Amino acid sequence: MSEGAIKKFMFVNRKAPYGTIYALESLEVVLITAAFDQDVSLVFMDDGVFQLKKGQQTKGIENKNFSPTYRALDGYDIEKLYVEAEALAARGLTEDDLLVDVTVMSRAELGKLMDEMDVVLSF
Amino acid sequence: MATIEVSGKTYETDEEGYLVNLAEWNEEVGSYLATTESVEMTDQHWEVINFLRDYYNEFQIAPAVRVLTKAIGKKLGPEKGTSQYLYDLFPYGPAKQACKIAGLPKPTGCV
Amino acid sequence: MLHIVNKSSLERNTLDSCLRVANGGAILLIEDAVYAATKGNEAEAKLRDALARFKIYVLGPDLDARGMGDRIMEGVSTVDYGGFVDLVAEHKNCQSWL
Repeated sequence: MSEGAIKKFMFVNRKAPYGTIYALESLEVVLITAAFDQDVSLVFMDDGVFQLKKGQQTKGIENKNFSPTYRALDGYDIEKLYVEAEALAARGLTEDDLLVDVTVMSRAELGKLMDEMDVVLSF
Repeated sequence: MATIEVSGKTYETDEEGYLVNLAEWNEEVGSYLATTESVEMTDQHWEVINFLRDYYNEFQIAPAVRVLTKAIGKKLGPEKGTSQYLYDLFPYGPAKQACKIAGLPKPTGCV
Repeated sequence: MLHIVNKSSLERNTLDSCLRVANGGAILLIEDAVYAATKGNEAEAKLRDALARFKIYVLGPDLDARGMGDRIMEGVSTVDYGGFVDLVAEHKNCQSWL
């Protein structure tokens, strides 16, 4: 990447945590991308909204609970977190159930935002 | 799997010398790991080590150097929130050396 | 028969397929399938209907891992790993819907 050329990156997260490796892999790639000073947006849609659910306790399944790491994103200057409104509603969740501050958006708005990106990575 | 021995107790490490089980860490282990990195520990060193451990407990990752520098500046004062300060304490890199001494895994996004 | 489902019903049609085909017995929801048995999920009504034909269980550790332990829907029972084994032992046969 040439210096000064800032691109708009979007990470689209559509999977629930723990059932598959996608959520954790996405988070790791996001943290690495943060080192390149790009314009990074994270979108949580469909079952991906479950990644941000408060109160995850993974002792019983002997997996690492990586949900606290979403709270570190702010320190990595990743502040654009978007959550699909319809996905929350279909899962009985509200913004208060989420462990970080996010912008809740309709599907239509997310679609427009997606069009503005240079690179979209889907997990 | 490699191991180290401190005060008669054996601890597992990975091939690069990072402690495998974070929960086994104590100051004695930290001091031993510092000797393997040829770092002479002072209060300033321990301050960074303790900061890193607190950070890990809160967020479950070891911070990238840039993030660590900024966070240290916020918590311990702007004069300490510079990469110069951290590299003076840990000449081979705060990520590599301080994380190892603190018993943390290598930082994610360490490039 | 014990039916074991492990996929989120909002992502895959596994649970639907199971409910269409299965003739009664017990359903155990594990991994991402546990979300279906939580209050407010779109699958809630479907599962409530299914309670007339099936006993429905969810695996507690999977529910807790996902931060959903406090919102299980009425009529569904939580089991731990020991309970999982008991369910398998109690039933003549079982099917894991993949």
